[in-house]
Amino acid sequence: MTAHRLPNGGRVDRAAPVRFTYDGKRYTGLRGDTLASALIANGVLEVAPSSYRGRPRGIVTAGVDEPNALVLVDGSLLPATTLELHDGLSATGRSGVGRLTDSTDSVRHDKRYVHCDVLVVGGGPAGLAAAQAAGRTGARTILADERTELGGTLLATKGFDLSWPGLAEFPETRVLSRTTAVGYYDQNYVVLAQRNTLWHVRAKRVVLATGAHERPLVFADNDRPGVMLASAVREYVNRYAVAPGQNVVLATTNDSAYQVALDLIAAGITVSAIVDSRPEPPAALVNQVGVEVITGSAVTGTEGRHRVSAVHIGPDRSIPCDLLAVSGGWNPAVHMFSQAQGRVRYEERIAAFVPDTCPQDLEVVGAANATYELAACLAEGAAAGARAAHLAGFGGGTAPELPPVPAESDSAHRPVWMVEGDETLQFIDLQRDSTVADIRRATGAGLRSVEHVKRYTTVGTGLDQGRTGGVPAIGVIAELLGASSPGEVGTTTYRPPYTPVSFALLAGRDRGELHDPIRRTAMHSWHVAHGAVFEDVGQWKRPHHYPRAGEDAQAAVLRECTAARTGLAMMDASTLGKIEVQGPDAGEFLNRMYTNAFAKLAIGSCRYGMLCRADGMVFDDGVVLRLAEDRYLTTTTTGNAAAVLDWFEEWQQTEWPELRVRFTSVTEQWATIAVVGPGSRAALTPLLPDLDLSAAAFGFMTFRDTVLCNGVPARVARVSFSGELAFEINVATWHGLSTWELVANTGATPYGTETMHVLRAEKGFVIVGQDTDGTVTPQDLGMDWIVSKRKDFVGRRSFSRPDTARPDRRQLVGLLPVDPDDLLPEGAQLVAGGVPLTPPVPMLGHVTSSYRSAALGRTFALALVAGGRDLIGRELLAPLGNRVITATVTEPIFYDPEGTRRDG
Amino acid sequence: MSAVLPEHPEFLWRNPDPRRSYEVVIVGGGGHGLATAYYLARNHGITNVAVLERGWLAGGNMARNTTIIRSNYLWDESAAIYEHALKQWEALPEELDYDFLFSQRGVLNLAHTPQDVREGVRRVNANQLNGVDAEWLNPDQVKEFCPIVDISPGVRYPVLGATLQPRAGIAKHDHVAWAFARTADEHGIDLIQDCEVTGFLRDGDKILGVQTTRGPIMADRIGLAAAGHTSVLAGLAGLRLPLQSHPLQALVSELLEPVHPCVVMSNHVHVYVSQAHKGELVMGAGVDPYNSYAQRGSVHVIERQMAAALELFPIFARAHVIRTWGGIVDVTPDASPIIGATPLANLFVNCGWGTGGFKATPASGWVYAHTLATGRAHPLNEPFALERFTTGALIDEHGAAAVAH
Repeated sequence: MTAHRLPNGGRVDRAAPVRFTYDGKRYTGLRGDTLASALIANGVLEVAPSSYRGRPRGIVTAGVDEPNALVLVDGSLLPATTLELHDGLSATGRSGVGRLTDSTDSVRHDKRYVHCDVLVVGGGPAGLAAAQAAGRTGARTILADERTELGGTLLATKGFDLSWPGLAEFPETRVLSRTTAVGYYDQNYVVLAQRNTLWHVRAKRVVLATGAHERPLVFADNDRPGVMLASAVREYVNRYAVAPGQNVVLATTNDSAYQVALDLIAAGITVSAIVDSRPEPPAALVNQVGVEVITGSAVTGTEGRHRVSAVHIGPDRSIPCDLLAVSGGWNPAVHMFSQAQGRVRYEERIAAFVPDTCPQDLEVVGAANATYELAACLAEGAAAGARAAHLAGFGGGTAPELPPVPAESDSAHRPVWMVEGDETLQFIDLQRDSTVADIRRATGAGLRSVEHVKRYTTVGTGLDQGRTGGVPAIGVIAELLGASSPGEVGTTTYRPPYTPVSFALLAGRDRGELHDPIRRTAMHSWHVAHGAVFEDVGQWKRPHHYPRAGEDAQAAVLRECTAARTGLAMMDASTLGKIEVQGPDAGEFLNRMYTNAFAKLAIGSCRYGMLCRADGMVFDDGVVLRLAEDRYLTTTTTGNAAAVLDWFEEWQQTEWPELRVRFTSVTEQWATIAVVGPGSRAALTPLLPDLDLSAAAFGFMTFRDTVLCNGVPARVARVSFSGELAFEINVATWHGLSTWELVANTGATPYGTETMHVLRAEKGFVIVGQDTDGTVTPQDLGMDWIVSKRKDFVGRRSFSRPDTARPDRRQLVGLLPVDPDDLLPEGAQLVAGGVPLTPPVPMLGHVTSSYRSAALGRTFALALVAGGRDLIGRELLAPLGNRVITATVTEPIFYDPEGTRRDG
Repeated sequence: MSAVLPEHPEFLWRNPDPRRSYEVVIVGGGGHGLATAYYLARNHGITNVAVLERGWLAGGNMARNTTIIRSNYLWDESAAIYEHALKQWEALPEELDYDFLFSQRGVLNLAHTPQDVREGVRRVNANQLNGVDAEWLNPDQVKEFCPIVDISPGVRYPVLGATLQPRAGIAKHDHVAWAFARTADEHGIDLIQDCEVTGFLRDGDKILGVQTTRGPIMADRIGLAAAGHTSVLAGLAGLRLPLQSHPLQALVSELLEPVHPCVVMSNHVHVYVSQAHKGELVMGAGVDPYNSYAQRGSVHVIERQMAAALELFPIFARAHVIRTWGGIVDVTPDASPIIGATPLANLFVNCGWGTGGFKATPASGWVYAHTLATGRAHPLNEPFALERFTTGALIDEHGAAAVAH
């Protein structure tokens, strides 16, 4: 045992030494220690110097409110006061600033989502009583407590039997230790951080037993190592059996410090004096403690270099000591309550902000509710726990019997916000190194709001978010502004998280491949096996092209294009969104959504349709199949499938609930293979024995339900996004791969999205989102024909606005670079010839799609150009930094304008 | 030792009681209201002005944004006003004699899909032709500019490139507001806090003044500049504005040694992050989708944002969130602001800045001051008139970028 480890007592395991390193030096502590208590056991009280002024600093607290003793462990900045000691722990003291390192983070973080009847936050006396009262009714109860052991202040209370609640006997009660409630959201949605697990709890009732934080006192050199919260001193002595000092002065504004004095004396530590701000502290306490009590007084300063050696009480009195234990009163930990949108009020008797009203189904008990006497805490907790369970449907609401506890006193406090002395040394926020002088400067600058003072001084913005310095700052502001009380100044807003939460814990498993689900089609393995290069389209992985040996992307795409135009090619089109629209009013609904009409579409037919937003701008497009009188299958672009489904649902649910129509996403249920090219009919004939594939028997824009030669049911549609003869085979997803292989065996060349893009662009077919950007009407695309003049639909009204009739709107046109080998970059801006290229240069539009075409033997592009259709035949310039490409405006259709190829 | 912030001035502003009447009353003491007051004095010599704030000055979105300043917007109208703002930003620290830590460290907008690339290239080309500094970077150049970005092809959405605006950056938001406020106060403009507007004094379709919790105040012209609450205020005058208000959350980490040299934004994986002067990482993401005036949001939005951050910056894994909060962004149908006259005489609005409000602060003040001083739009805010929602002449930054922070 070291000189600082007390010979007996404490909740540490004296048989289990733990070796650790701090700032490069080796030490030994005991199992059950925190890093802070182990350091104290080794006589280390001083930690890293302060962040801005480089002043010596020491351990101040024994919990989450620690402002000074921050350490870096495995790249994480943590308070030494909450860090469990473990063998091999290596910590470096830090002046409030972390350092991120590139080391791999191999720890897995998880999320859990649970419901419960009663959530009790805090496992101190009130919380234990609440959990016991709720748990014994059979209510699903969760008790969350931030420490390694339940008990809260009872851990530092001698002679209390902590096994009393018997929570393990309640099968529906779950105890979560090392678990901090960090966020309280609406409808009793509470987020708990437990090491590497983030719990999302939805509770019928919540009991907050979050305790209270002791406040420091503000006086000159109050930041010197050896100035420690009285409750922390007690905890170190009683719970960890370490002595932070041998000769202690206590400074207090309330009764709680007297129990600390008694415990110190019992541990053999000298208490030289108690400095009490109250002129007449309770005589019983003064008599019981038996040391000098200096009443009506306050500490005004300290002496020492790296450690307190004496305290000053006014100019005339100085008391030697090696530890000053301070209690400036207690702040109920109202953080969770405030996050729950509870309001606090200032309570003069105890000089603290206490819970008032709250809109959520919760109760606050114990010290968090400014109930500081043990018996009252237990009674309040038990009553609230029983009531919460009852309101959740369990038990009669009667609180159980409680163990007897000794009486405690909590007579009126007398806060000390400001004392005489050098205000530049009177620290309010130790992390931010801000002082009373800073606050005086802020109020002198004209600031009246606590929020302004916080921002001016940065008080309360450190890692502890003002848990220690917040209320003292408010007290000082109130005094400086002459306010009637700190209540008039009010608090800043309490925000989640209550204690710091690592990015990794919040991210959980949503990293790497799981960051966003990867969607793969039924044919994905084939694409991989055949060397496809993939691109991300929405969440899908789609083959972009299939390079053969020695081919680059350009060569592969040209080859794939040639196959589709001259022979036989195939593409996996499974990713297109598919929504079944069912119900007697399905046709009417689609009529209202699409710019063109669907109510009279014949069963067995398909029609291309366009969707606009309310502003008349193109939103999505796709082919719609009529399956039955009351049943349609709509297709969407790959990336927009969810947005279109949402769009349908929103209009149906909010605008037209009377329409009998329902929507079901069937994207994943179908595998789709586009078989394209002049050879497609011949190739498919043996595969589709029951179908007559001739143009006369199976017309363009119709579909057939049939059975493939291998017995697989299929829906075959004659649609084409390439202008070539094409058949789209749809089968159930689980037949996708085998059907794909069946088609591939015909010798069809597989092609990817890039070839699909080239083929459609040669035909002037737009891709929504590439050739449109939310500012383009169907008319701008030259698609007036798709906009019904007879029916109403979403967006129609916008077409009557003056701006949509402007002749100089940006319109879809084609572009042919004057040099047929010049490829315009997509995104190139277009300007008129002869315009000086000094900014600002008036822009006419931009290139939306640009490719090399095998069929045309040259490059070509699509563009949106102001008044573009009137510019056909003219030349435009694309300035590209150090070069300019000249291109001729054309019709946006480059290949087979008569449409002669689609029937083969 | 940590980076020390510059000291604030000894004096910021008076705390006057409201007078009975002013030439101009600005409702809303946020960044835009304060900048407007300043430019009324500076550009138009109008100092008989009150700024009415129901809470504390600059306590709304000005105190809650992620302080990013850039002007690389797509459309000419947007680029013009944001570039005007950026030029003002460059001059303001000296002009206002206030070091608000304007740092032109460059903003990267990452591209993760071929469509992102097209849009990025398009924007870079448009910016360059509009005289806005912009470059397109390939992934290696991204890595060079911001070494902590993970550009490996193994991530879920690999970085395919980025736009860079070198002159873009960040500034300390509170300090900016206080710089405007202090100078406005010096010009004799009354900044009146704890003064909520509860109604309008009117004569038919002519607005004569405002009713407030501190009494009636008459004014020749009244300019609303209350972000999402502008629609609530306009509602008191019977005017409906096309605004939707959403919570937008942001967060900070603990102080960290310098690790992130610039600003990185990604619309596709949805996060934007910089490291402030003190050392904290400042981050934001997309809006909470529901409408709300509550300045807080949902935890899952924060979780997704953290996941996105770790996709781009694996080194952030062990950083901690120490504070989250929400602002309220007021979004118009085209995600561009409304600045100008209303159908009610003497009543003007400046709202709908969505996620662009902070960076626009100086230009917003500049053109709104012009509008309030002359009764007519400045050429820069002419396209942003309320009428565009009737004519259809939208400036759609939504379509150009789903999230236009």
